[in-house]
Amino acid sequence: MSGPAISLRGVRKSFGALEVLRGIDLEVEDHAVICLIGASGSGKSTMLRCINLLEPIDAGHILVHGEEITSGDVDLNAVRRNIGIVFQSFNLFPHMSVIQNVTLAPRKVLRMPSQQADAEARELLHRFGLADKADEYPDRLSGGQQQRVAIVRALAMQPDILLLDEITSALDPELVAEVLDVVRELAAGGMTMVLATHEMGFARDIATRVCFLDQGVILEQGPPEQMFGAPTQERTKQFLQRIVAAGRL
Amino acid sequence: MSEPVPPDADERLLDEAAEGRRSKILSGGRPRKEGRRAVLTAVISTAVFFAVLALVAVNSPNWPAVKHQFFNGAVYRESFPDILKAFWVNVKIFLTAEVLILPFALLLAVMRSASGPVFFPVRALAIGYIDFFRGVPTILVIYILGFGMPGLEAPGVPTSQFFWVVTSLVLVYSAYVAEVYRAGIDSVHESQVAAARSLGLSRSQSMRHVVLPQAVRRVVPPLLNDFIGLQKDTALAALIGVVEAFRQSQIDNADTFNYTPFLVTATLFIVVTIPLARFTDHLIARGRRRRAGGGGA
Repeated sequence: MSGPAISLRGVRKSFGALEVLRGIDLEVEDHAVICLIGASGSGKSTMLRCINLLEPIDAGHILVHGEEITSGDVDLNAVRRNIGIVFQSFNLFPHMSVIQNVTLAPRKVLRMPSQQADAEARELLHRFGLADKADEYPDRLSGGQQQRVAIVRALAMQPDILLLDEITSALDPELVAEVLDVVRELAAGGMTMVLATHEMGFARDIATRVCFLDQGVILEQGPPEQMFGAPTQERTKQFLQRIVAAGRL
Repeated sequence: MSEPVPPDADERLLDEAAEGRRSKILSGGRPRKEGRRAVLTAVISTAVFFAVLALVAVNSPNWPAVKHQFFNGAVYRESFPDILKAFWVNVKIFLTAEVLILPFALLLAVMRSASGPVFFPVRALAIGYIDFFRGVPTILVIYILGFGMPGLEAPGVPTSQFFWVVTSLVLVYSAYVAEVYRAGIDSVHESQVAAARSLGLSRSQSMRHVVLPQAVRRVVPPLLNDFIGLQKDTALAALIGVVEAFRQSQIDNADTFNYTPFLVTATLFIVVTIPLARFTDHLIARGRRRRAGGGGA
């Protein structure tokens, strides 16, 4: 366990003829909160999926605490245990109750005894105000509640790093705050996070560093004050102007 | 897959099935009073329809002879007990085959859905199997196994015709049912697998705990549909000498030169298939209501 939590070095990824990531370099220190901003299609989601090894990369290296996870002979499942990901569309398992969703991976992957997994899951649900939803099925919950359950499900594996992929984009506006509060609490607790987001105000509040992605590269990065206050790149300025014009900052 | 029952009985099965659906559609989801009137309309139209059919039949020139040969009450009563007893063999074939088909077909479907170049031989084997047994007529499989295998007289090879009929039906129907399962597996969105894998579950754990439970639930109605077909195909056992309901009615027919025993067999098949058909409709309707009700992720 040495080196930054995550390092990306020259990461490239194509889908067919379309090159989505064109040489990404990024260092994520422990306890940092990195916000990825940028237009749709700029590669934010793909980057997160690559870090979680859901998408194999075409070139470059990804290291977690100094150990290469993209070398081929690595145990994918072991890597994923330490890197949680939460998706835009929640992706809860609809045939399982909330508690079953949360305890599945601890029971099957960590081989945790059912009782222990259950107790730990209920504690997590309680912490995020979902104690009374433990035995409900996902389709009985609001979008905000579903997304909070999805976060709890990822946390139940006690990951070192949490990746959040536009987790509020599918939510009704009035449900966004409850999910962002959860992320704030995690940040305050020192969780290392990389999040792709369109919530610029939130990014400004929470980020230790903001990265602007444009056409598959990180065009500019820096602390939020600098990125939102005095961006240096023309394209970053244009992007932020559009956001301001849309009333989102 | 055709079954040797008299054509008139088969038609009636279709008509009754259509009638059941019609009344449900007419009455479904309307205010009670209007619903009752719809049911009444359906009942009257059905009665008129069958009355006309019956009148046409009864007034045909040769009706008395046909009635004597096909709709003979005395022969019906006399042959019923024997055929009912023989029908128990059909039930046993059906139940045994079904219990074996469900897991075997699931195995085939999972083999066929295995992804990655490493699993190519497994996939190829499953595809080859499914192509072969969906392509060969059931009756040929029953003939070849039923006559050929005991004919080997090899030690340890069962000679029971019942055994080879069940085996043939399992081989053929598993190919169909595997495809039904596969449709279910394919219908589970790729994001579900991504969620499972991202939590550290292996490929097979994701399949077992996340994909299959959802897939199987979705394909219950089409599975039952295949089993209605299987129930009827148990009559093919007659062709290699198993004395089941159809064979028994052939025997009775040879005794009496009367075709009414076939009507007995048809009645028995209908009595077991119609409830299964209605149950399938019920599950489909319930699935539709659920999809309309809860959004789900």
